[in-house]
Amino acid sequence: METISKEKFRRIQIDYKESEKIARPQIGYWQDVWRRLKSNKVAILSLIILVIIVFMTIIGPYLSGYDFKEIDSAKINQRPSKENWFGTDELGRDIFARVWKAGRVSMVIGITGALISAVVGTMYGGFSAYFGGRVDTIMMRIVEILISVPYLLVVILISIITDSRSLGTMMISLTLTGWCGTARMVRGQMLQLKSQEYILAAEALGVKPLKIIMKHLIPNVLNVLIVSISFDIPGYIFSETFLSYIGLGIQPPNTSWGALASAAQRNFIFYPYQLFFPALMIALTMLTFTLLGDGLRDALDPRLRE
Amino acid sequence: MTRYIIKRVGYMLLTLFIIITITFFLMHSIPGDPLAHMAKNLPEQIKENYYKKYGLDQPVMVQYVKFLKNLITEGDLGQSLRYPGRSVTDTILEHSKVSGRLGAQAIIIGITIGIILGVVAALFRNKWPDYLIMFIAILGVTVPIFIIASILQYSFSVKFKILPTTGWGKVKHTILPTIALSFGSIATYARYMRSNVLEVINQDYILTAQAKGVSPFNIVIKHILRNAILPVITIIGPEIAGIFTGSFVIERIFGIPGLGSYYITSINDRDYTMIIGTTVFYAALFVVAQLITDILYGIVDPRIRVSEKDE
Repeated sequence: METISKEKFRRIQIDYKESEKIARPQIGYWQDVWRRLKSNKVAILSLIILVIIVFMTIIGPYLSGYDFKEIDSAKINQRPSKENWFGTDELGRDIFARVWKAGRVSMVIGITGALISAVVGTMYGGFSAYFGGRVDTIMMRIVEILISVPYLLVVILISIITDSRSLGTMMISLTLTGWCGTARMVRGQMLQLKSQEYILAAEALGVKPLKIIMKHLIPNVLNVLIVSISFDIPGYIFSETFLSYIGLGIQPPNTSWGALASAAQRNFIFYPYQLFFPALMIALTMLTFTLLGDGLRDALDPRLRE
Repeated sequence: MTRYIIKRVGYMLLTLFIIITITFFLMHSIPGDPLAHMAKNLPEQIKENYYKKYGLDQPVMVQYVKFLKNLITEGDLGQSLRYPGRSVTDTILEHSKVSGRLGAQAIIIGITIGIILGVVAALFRNKWPDYLIMFIAILGVTVPIFIIASILQYSFSVKFKILPTTGWGKVKHTILPTIALSFGSIATYARYMRSNVLEVINQDYILTAQAKGVSPFNIVIKHILRNAILPVITIIGPEIAGIFTGSFVIERIFGIPGLGSYYITSINDRDYTMIIGTTVFYAALFVVAQLITDILYGIVDPRIRVSEKDE
């Protein structure tokens, strides 16, 4: 039997310096989030589709060579063809240009709506949680009352009053009570954070309140906010669709996905393709934002990690 | 429990009062003449008489007090501005019968089918029934209701001619609108139920039941369903609101003479008294539905009552 020579063995000492060394590169919170999101195929696919949709709403109206409000009585209600990729509507307007132009309006409504409700909601919820006690009770009662009115009823009422002809007044009616959910959520999160040990530790170490807010509270609310924004955007697009359908939405010559779909709905039996494209865009946007929101929630919430 | 209910009822009344007040003053703050459409070409004297008839010559505060008094003592919401002599209360009651039937059907079907689909999806997790049901659920949440209604109308009425396109009166008229209206609820309940069941399935008492030799059917009915169904009660409130707003659209598409389509008509007519009345009616219905949901939940889940007491 062959013996293993002793020279083949070597004694290695434990290097205490080595044990303190960080083996892998340090990863910050946002890098970690991005890494997690990247591994979620559904969320990344949604993100890619969304980027394409947003990109198309920016350049799409100029691609087909037709203006979105150009009326052509010679070709009314045409099927999708080489000339008009998505067909034409009852006034002979090119649906391809219209769908992307409408998408721009819908996206603007969705994104500004979500941002407004995020900002207002965070401030309201933050104040409420910060002051606590009676102020908190009263502020939250107000939110409770506002939430207990059906949302679309409020939107309809305000639309009638402001006679929503422009995007601005429509945003007011859509966001007037839309921020309540965010406010509630931010307050809940803030209250939870306030009682955490590391906040206490920071206070005990003499960190200034402003720095606690900037360094600990806001970043920790940011994750729930991002998720709620990604769920709010399709919500606002959906509400606008509803408003357009009942005749209180975007007015011609301007248009939105909701306005396009509700106009096409009347001719649906004869020209189904007119409804198909705006409906597809609404559904696709809703779906991708929702799936992206799901993915973001999983990626952003450290508690969900194994 | 009594204290809890009294507190809830108190909040409900306060909420209702605030809604009525805000609706009233907002509608009265709209610039312009509410009678403009009919009083435009009339002589001055007749115009004044009209204003007197509707009490529009008085200050807003006086009108408000009168409105509240009539509403509380007689349930009277005034007269339609558009169609003189038509009582708002009567119109609402008449039309809400139709909407009520449609809504009730949609809620019952939505909850039942939604729960069944959710349970099936959870039991067949990551197999084709699950994928199929979740696909339907995603459609229900992402596609606007009027598009779903159009597709249903097109396929069942125009293509196959099985069911009537529009109309009201017979059972067959209610089938398509009910399906369209309940689609969103089915989707929400299916998703919600699926995650609830998945949570319950992993509990120890399910394992115990299995170990005891309870049949799979009984495990689903007695152990899983009972525990998973509880939180479903909480989303009935928002679902009812969804059914209301859905009915605005559905009733128009299917030509149903319900309150929803009437509400949209009065919005387009700018019939202010009608709008105030209907809004108050819808809000009241919704707030009451929410109250019932809260109380129900308090009854079935003792933890809610306990946490209320702590406050």
